[in-house]
Amino acid sequence: MSAILAVANGGAGAWVNAIVQGVLLGGLYALLATGLSLSFGVMRFVNLAHGDVAVLSAFMAFSTARTFHVNPLYALLLVIPGGFLVGLLVQRYVFDRLIGGDPSLQIVATFGLSIVIQNALWKKYTADTRGLKIGKVATRSIRLNNSVAIGWLPLITFLCGVGVLAGLALFLKRTRLGRAFRATSDDPAAAQLMGIDNRRIYGIATAIAMATVALAGVLIGSKSSFDPFLGPANLIFAFEAVVIGGLGSLWGTLAGGIALGVAQSVGLKLDAGWGELAGHIVFLAVLAFRPTGMFGKLDNR
Amino acid sequence: MTMTDTPPPTTAGSRFKVIRATTLSRVFGLVALLVIIALVTVPKWADVSTVRKLVQLFVLLAVAQMWNLLAGFAGLASVGQQAFIGLGAYGMVILVNNQHYSLYWSILFSGVLAALVSIPMGLVAFRLRGSYFAIGTWVLAEVARLVMKNSKSVGGGSGSSLKVSGYKAATRAQSIYWIALVIGIGAIVLAYALLRSRLGLQLQAIRDNESGARGLGANVYRTRFLLWVVVAFWTALAGAAYYTQNLRVQPNESFSVANWTAPIIFMVVIGGIGSIEGPIIGAIAYWAFHEWFGNSPFYLIAVGVLAILVSLFVRRGLWGLIRKRFDVQLFPVRRRLES
Repeated sequence: MSAILAVANGGAGAWVNAIVQGVLLGGLYALLATGLSLSFGVMRFVNLAHGDVAVLSAFMAFSTARTFHVNPLYALLLVIPGGFLVGLLVQRYVFDRLIGGDPSLQIVATFGLSIVIQNALWKKYTADTRGLKIGKVATRSIRLNNSVAIGWLPLITFLCGVGVLAGLALFLKRTRLGRAFRATSDDPAAAQLMGIDNRRIYGIATAIAMATVALAGVLIGSKSSFDPFLGPANLIFAFEAVVIGGLGSLWGTLAGGIALGVAQSVGLKLDAGWGELAGHIVFLAVLAFRPTGMFGKLDNR
Repeated sequence: MTMTDTPPPTTAGSRFKVIRATTLSRVFGLVALLVIIALVTVPKWADVSTVRKLVQLFVLLAVAQMWNLLAGFAGLASVGQQAFIGLGAYGMVILVNNQHYSLYWSILFSGVLAALVSIPMGLVAFRLRGSYFAIGTWVLAEVARLVMKNSKSVGGGSGSSLKVSGYKAATRAQSIYWIALVIGIGAIVLAYALLRSRLGLQLQAIRDNESGARGLGANVYRTRFLLWVVVAFWTALAGAAYYTQNLRVQPNESFSVANWTAPIIFMVVIGGIGSIEGPIIGAIAYWAFHEWFGNSPFYLIAVGVLAILVSLFVRRGLWGLIRKRFDVQLFPVRRRLES
């Protein structure tokens, strides 16, 4: 009976493959979500333009490759430090004014930024879809058996996600600055009294958020085509990964990203139109039945 | 603050009295009434394109006022208002095309349908707060879009056109105009009535000090939830009216955050969030400039930058500036003490 069912759905191997690809995709979502998770954890701040920064970074890589005739991956040398620097500046001159104030205005300002980035990209690059040509890495894969193959690019992306999250977790746990991050997160006023400059912490947090999402953006552009209006989808997937995993937990974000990736990949296998929807449904189910997420520490209220 | 700190209610012989309406607000009321009467007559003398454009203005007035109630008074800054626009539009497709209901009654029923759908949506979204609530509503709107996009009975990805062959074009245009007028002006009246009611008093108390309001007996959750459903209903009415004029309903367009929620947020913030006057000013300004600039990316960039600057530096928007300068109130929802 199960054999018949498996054959009818393209074989058990095809399902295993869907799950494997979903896990790898989850690494990308976790990478996208890292910055969102960190900013919310440290300063209870959400940048609604987070996903648009990823798209902006992909377009920067596209332009770099076209201008200098190099592999777009070289643009990482530009967009990661660039994202870090922009993060420091944006936090200092824009976001700092919003933190601690009316949450509605935080939403308006960062949503405004999102719309501005989208339309500026539309103006400069038109609404055409683009892709990053990164060469053989994009097409090669490791074949495990007849139905399961692991592509190099998804594997590298997954490892980037795990590596960035592990690095950040170590940084928060082991370093002096990381301790300051955790102190500010727990109680900004007390941290300030202990001599921690909260504004500096906020600046570095946003810098890390922008740098990691810039990396994610180039990887997204290498994986599939993109256009100026892809930002909101990125934001939503990152947000879902954070909430599914649980607010305030970086490892939770990785688990949440993987859960989302698997849900989308399996959903897509069930019906071509239901991939994204399956991810949303898992997210809504988590919110309805376990609002603190899989590993949540912070209350999201 | 303890109860003993509050001054005793006005008693006979007190030098102070609590007032709401002012001479200015009464004069404004009269002028507004004359404007509304003038607006009612428009389809009798104006050309078709003016009538069409005014319908768009009424829709903007309604959706802006509704978002302002959520974000400006209840702290619920939804980025998923396009869900209700789209549900209003698809309510029309289902009721008119599939169920063959009357075109005009279907607008009302679409609002009711959207309000019903907003209940489970709210139950989930209300588990989140602040920015996370905002993105949560956005996800819900995406779910609604994807469900419609995957439903063959409403036309799938390419959508449907409302079947209006039974209605004469000229009478249809007039009827939609008057319906949209009622929805647009009605939104302002509704906001005004709500804010002067018990619910409005609770909302404003919650906005000013949530735990304080809770302590004095405001049921924060229920008040917010009720407002959420009312806003869903009225936003869907506006959406249904808009697509009754436009006829073509497509999932990506009617559930678009850029087409709907971005202008809504920008109008309210630039006009002045947290007042009834602000969204009116914002909607009229947005609509008037939109006539000149159309859908160019520059227009949205300019409006977006302006909204960012306003939220950073002029938090109460244009109306806030006016009020700071002249201390006026056209819609008296505040109580003031005068000697």
